[in-house]
Amino acid sequence: MELRSPEGQALSRLTIKVKANLAANRKTLVTYVVAGDPIKDLTVRLMHTMVEVGVDVIELGVPFSDPEAEGPVIQLAHERALKHDTSLKDVISMVEQFRRKDDDTPVILMGYLNPIELMGYEDFSIVASQAGVDGTIIVNLPPEESGVLSGYLDKHDIESVYLLAPTTTDKRAAFVTSQSRGFVYYVSLKGTTGASNLDVDDVHEKLSRFRQISPLPIMVGFGIKDAATAAKVSDISDGVVVGSAIVKLIADHEGDLDTALAEVATLLSGMRKSIDEPSVVF
Amino acid sequence: MSDKNKQQPRARYKKQPQALGDNGAGVNECISSFPDDDGHFGIYGGRFVSEILMQALSELKSEYERLCHDETFQAELKSDLANYVGRSSPLYYAQRLTTLSGGAKIYLKREDLNHTGAHKINNCIGQALLAKYMGKPRVIAETGAGQHGVAAATVAARFGLKCQVYMGSEDIERQSLNVYRMKLLGAQVVPVTSGSRTLKDALSEAMRDWVTNVDDTHYIIGSVAGPHPYPMLVRDFQSVIGRETKKQFAEMHGGLPDALVACVGGGSNAMGMFYPFLEDRSVRLVGVEAAGLGLETGEHAAPLNAGNVGVLHGNRTYLMQDVNGQILDTYSISAGLDYPGVGPEHAWLKDIKRAEYVAVTDEQALDAFRSLNLLEGILPALESAHAIAYGIELARSMDKEQAIVINLSGRGDKDIHTMAKIDGITIT
Repeated sequence: MELRSPEGQALSRLTIKVKANLAANRKTLVTYVVAGDPIKDLTVRLMHTMVEVGVDVIELGVPFSDPEAEGPVIQLAHERALKHDTSLKDVISMVEQFRRKDDDTPVILMGYLNPIELMGYEDFSIVASQAGVDGTIIVNLPPEESGVLSGYLDKHDIESVYLLAPTTTDKRAAFVTSQSRGFVYYVSLKGTTGASNLDVDDVHEKLSRFRQISPLPIMVGFGIKDAATAAKVSDISDGVVVGSAIVKLIADHEGDLDTALAEVATLLSGMRKSIDEPSVVF
Repeated sequence: MSDKNKQQPRARYKKQPQALGDNGAGVNECISSFPDDDGHFGIYGGRFVSEILMQALSELKSEYERLCHDETFQAELKSDLANYVGRSSPLYYAQRLTTLSGGAKIYLKREDLNHTGAHKINNCIGQALLAKYMGKPRVIAETGAGQHGVAAATVAARFGLKCQVYMGSEDIERQSLNVYRMKLLGAQVVPVTSGSRTLKDALSEAMRDWVTNVDDTHYIIGSVAGPHPYPMLVRDFQSVIGRETKKQFAEMHGGLPDALVACVGGGSNAMGMFYPFLEDRSVRLVGVEAAGLGLETGEHAAPLNAGNVGVLHGNRTYLMQDVNGQILDTYSISAGLDYPGVGPEHAWLKDIKRAEYVAVTDEQALDAFRSLNLLEGILPALESAHAIAYGIELARSMDKEQAIVINLSGRGDKDIHTMAKIDGITIT
């Protein structure tokens, strides 16, 4: 049965999954990998592997030549993917292929605006929706600039997820969260992806403020490297996003991708387990 | 990047301009009143950055707008432009160059005579003062040829600010003189090894620094590029060039020049020259891009002539990109023009046809470089030599009663090694 919002819009896999997790008191585990890293053929396998070990939502990174917000680990992944020209079209076909076996796990395309701008907003919304894409996170597109694109995305039932940062003011947070769909992504530190200086106390303080403001669940990303950090952060949020830690494993085992998949599975099952454990007193 | 992807994509933008809003400024509209409050010049410009920077950009904009009307700030800026930079820079009638062209009178705006040898210092003084007034003890900058890096390091020394300059590792090798200069000025030069290891990657890396250190750091962007308010504030700080030119030309020659010519990489010297003349519709505004080995070869840095619209480094503008929207490496003999984007106001001036944009090859620029040395005793930067090259041609096509001003944006000492290499001479 298709679920519908009060306005009659079809609810996406993303909203369904996030709501179901909230209802079941299950923390949402979100992962980020770069499509086509290090080869195009790995990506769909990797996605299925991640789902098998308990990942709830997949953010699929769209490679871009100038990934401004990324730290060195993810920058290199973009470069590896671009060595064999992994394009936005390729990424969309990967989602299509993934959907042949998995019709439940939400997939969000995460990247930079330019490839979408060049494909054309409407064309992108149509083909991505047909392929089974559920959402977008466009790092360099704040809601102020996204009116036209989000109009097309809404029309084709793709949810736009926006970011909050430690520098976001309360007033702005109210605006950003009102524009976001599915969940809000809290960038937990000032810096680039994979930075190592995550301060859980600081995250805690900012999050309590934003949770008062946001009508949507909040997932926390940037700087979550291991099961212990994941557990601490998930205690104070609705879920965690893990990216660089996975991408680094893939880079470390670039020559032996079976091992890479096994290592990623081990890392993520550990994280799943640690965020599922009854919360310790923070 | 494979050859297949080097091809320029077909015109893809037919749907967007309408969808993104009217790009107009009607014939009677005041085009110097742009950008709008959110930094848009028609569909161009804007603020395409990650959430972490949104607050910093808002603060910068409101601080800048406040200081525009702050008498102490303005007095300090004026005093430093006069006594530290050495303004006003002369407007010089280039008689022998005029004779060579055989057409319109050629005047040169001598930005090469500024402290540090280029127009870049006008913007850096302004932004360093901004940093000081905003209480930011640290500044960062990106640089290609090193001219902006040197200017930023210079003003950082002048105001006692900590300074870090991001520079592509390729460029560091090509421009060792400027790298050493920055070190002498107390700045730390950080090599950037990602991507193509040139200016565009240095800009990305500087943005990464800024998101990490936004509390105590001001980012001095070197051109009329980046997210709002940068294209506006850099233009404003550079428009001292055009304001002086207007006054000097009226005094020396009378009236307004028939045309202004300036080279365009990111486009700050051109925007600074053009802006005070935007409403003087009789004045032709001509921007000169780097055609490198020729537009047809794909080896160039001319997004306005051979690129298409996209979003990079915080704004929407013309870009050099492949069919998948990946940014292409550019090529020009002049490192300062070697950038795949261009300031959004130029993109807009092109679309509304208020300015025209042409391109000049390495070879044409080198000829002009030599001519200016031989005929006027002036060593221009290779960037500025592009403007000289087109200016000579333009003057030739005009009447003797007419007059043009070419912006001589910088001096060419930094390019001596490049020139000597072309001439087969080794300088030790």
